[in-house]
Amino acid sequence: MTQHTSPPSPQRQMTGAEIFVRSLIEEKVDIVFGYPGGAVIGIYDALHDISDIKHILTRHEQGAVHAAEGYAKASGKPGVALVTSGPGATNTVTGIADAYMDSIPIVVFTGQVALKLIGNDAFQEADIVGITRPITKHNYLVRDVNELAATIKEAFYVATTGRPGPVLVDLPKDVMAMKTMFSYPKNVKMRSYVPHIEGHQKQLDKAIALIAKAKRPVLYVGGGTILSNASEELTKFAHKTKIPVTTTLHGLGAFPETDELSLGMLGMHGTWYSNSAVNYSDLLISVGARFDDRVTGKTDAFAPEAKKIHIDVDPSNISKNVKVDVPIVGDVKKVLQQLLPSVTALDTKDWIQTIKNWKEEHPLRYRNGKYIRMQHVIQKISEITKGKAIIVSDVGQHQMWTAQFYKYVYPRTHLTSGGLGTMGFSLPASMGAAFARKDFPVISISGDGGFQMNIQELATIREHSVPIKIIILNNGYLGMVRQWQELFWRKRYSQVEMFGPDYVKLAEAYGIPGFRATLTDEVEDVINKMFTIDGPVLAEFKVVKEDNVYPMIPAGQTYHEIIDMPEEKTVSINGEKESDIEMVTITKG
Amino acid sequence: MSNSTEIPANETTHKHTISVLLENKFGALNRVAGMFSAKGYNLESITVGPTEDISVSRMTIVTRGDDAIIEQIIKQLNKLIDTLKVVDLTYDSFMERELALIKIGTTPDNRSEIMQIVEIFQAKIIDISHKTVTVESTGSGQKVDAIIKMLKPFHIKEIARTGRVALKREFVGEV
Repeated sequence: MTQHTSPPSPQRQMTGAEIFVRSLIEEKVDIVFGYPGGAVIGIYDALHDISDIKHILTRHEQGAVHAAEGYAKASGKPGVALVTSGPGATNTVTGIADAYMDSIPIVVFTGQVALKLIGNDAFQEADIVGITRPITKHNYLVRDVNELAATIKEAFYVATTGRPGPVLVDLPKDVMAMKTMFSYPKNVKMRSYVPHIEGHQKQLDKAIALIAKAKRPVLYVGGGTILSNASEELTKFAHKTKIPVTTTLHGLGAFPETDELSLGMLGMHGTWYSNSAVNYSDLLISVGARFDDRVTGKTDAFAPEAKKIHIDVDPSNISKNVKVDVPIVGDVKKVLQQLLPSVTALDTKDWIQTIKNWKEEHPLRYRNGKYIRMQHVIQKISEITKGKAIIVSDVGQHQMWTAQFYKYVYPRTHLTSGGLGTMGFSLPASMGAAFARKDFPVISISGDGGFQMNIQELATIREHSVPIKIIILNNGYLGMVRQWQELFWRKRYSQVEMFGPDYVKLAEAYGIPGFRATLTDEVEDVINKMFTIDGPVLAEFKVVKEDNVYPMIPAGQTYHEIIDMPEEKTVSINGEKESDIEMVTITKG
Repeated sequence: MSNSTEIPANETTHKHTISVLLENKFGALNRVAGMFSAKGYNLESITVGPTEDISVSRMTIVTRGDDAIIEQIIKQLNKLIDTLKVVDLTYDSFMERELALIKIGTTPDNRSEIMQIVEIFQAKIIDISHKTVTVESTGSGQKVDAIIKMLKPFHIKEIARTGRVALKREFVGEV
């Protein structure tokens, strides 16, 4: 229940549409990604004269939601999308589900048919509140214009507090035409929703005691650390205690991978040494991570010797997948601040030395040759940008290599669809990120499969000259599915080979400069050329068709089933000389 | 309302009666029922109605699961934005009632036998015709199960059950 505390406004009566726009301004929304239609035509009319809010017309509603996600992830502020009823609303579903899985604060406004028509199968009617109930943190149908401002206030509050997530507000056409006085509530007080911020002292004490005794501790850091802006506290904590740090896919950037204590990513395609460290650890401190199956594999064999501390703002994440010894419910930043004064340096010299040896024995590797390997492109981007770029990957093999071969240094510089694994995320999300951040260049990295899923956003990007470096790593395959078919389905490549357009010509058709590299020698040059162009620029890298992501722990298996890159030097492509193939190694930390 | 997700009863799964207070808002029942089906939790019965405070609804949920699942169910219920309070009554002393209407096909020969059973269970006959009687039975779920079991040999035509409602018992001492 919302209580408004602001005094009655002396202003004139406003329509719902005007109230909507004024409420967004009150929330300091400076950009909305959207697509108009019949049910929101009144709202678009109200937006027309407003200069405080920039509206970006995407070419598909899914693009609008991913753009809002990219904006939110890169900036830490809530992203906003506005679409019409029916198909406009249903097209947002994938983006909303994506934001729900990855805890991204976005508010999606959907048009709805007039109240009296709801349930009548009216033109462009869809029960979007019903459809999105299981994939939103919360959602609302506004039935009375007098509730509109308070509902919008509450929607932003719910989306951005506690464990963030998507909130949907459904706006019937007639409600938006009704008039009332506008008064925006100053604050929100919901008796049914009170997120935990501070960790409980008793739990903190237990954690401090466990940490003091640890010989082989590991910090297992997830996206929650970045969501709560706690990278600084985490880095201090790791340095003070001398505990090595591994991150999840979404934790990349929370701790600098140039730091000696960094282990890179853990899990299915994590580094050998991060998975080893977790497996042999005697204390695992989970910081804003949720023991996802891509991290744990078989849960009862995950970190089998370790006591486990779990810091999470969402109580339902605690002991959901893995039973932990000391749960601490609270905001990661706050809890780390509470812990910091009471922890001391541990004697982890031997442990860090052991990890160093693992790093030397099992670095990340790939075989480089005349023809381009995706890993090589990522490595070059990493070398050229030195962590000072926002990397937006899509889903598949390139996503894992982008996680492995780029060295992340700053928070909010690695954006990807982790939980839902939404192909087509990168291009629109990078657009949202570029509107949010001017300090770092934004680099969108997709495979040819995912790129074709939201290819239409090239028009939006060109229209607004959004300065994105668009990289397509084209192997003509749905590479990750092909890899699984190769390893687990007897190389029966069912429906994974894929035709694509001429991407350079396509870029030109949209008025975007395009480059192509087909040989390894050309890679660096093409990347450097991209950085000489201010506006959007696209480059296609024709990469070797068949290559696999290693190391790999097959789904549901344990650390002991880890598959590293096969030693045989057999991967020569199109008659590359074996002698020209060199092994490249990279180590995080 | 009953859900057919049958989790077989064994030593580790137990029946739990959970009482939930939530904001009396549009779609609240859907949010709870949807959460149960989305997460694959067992839902034996769910009842909802207003409370002494018109802005608050009380939902009584009967479910089954092992300790870890029940812990998750309670957390997931608490996670719903409209939830005010969740209490697992199972380990408290609590009162529970369920109501059933049982329509039985009768013959002149068996009507008196049915009436005897009804009397033993302190149930009521609330409708009678030449070919049927309808019995109203109120009590614990077990009692309702028992009267239905006793009436099974007769021709039960229709049953309507409400699902369970429950409140914590305040009386301290032996009951």
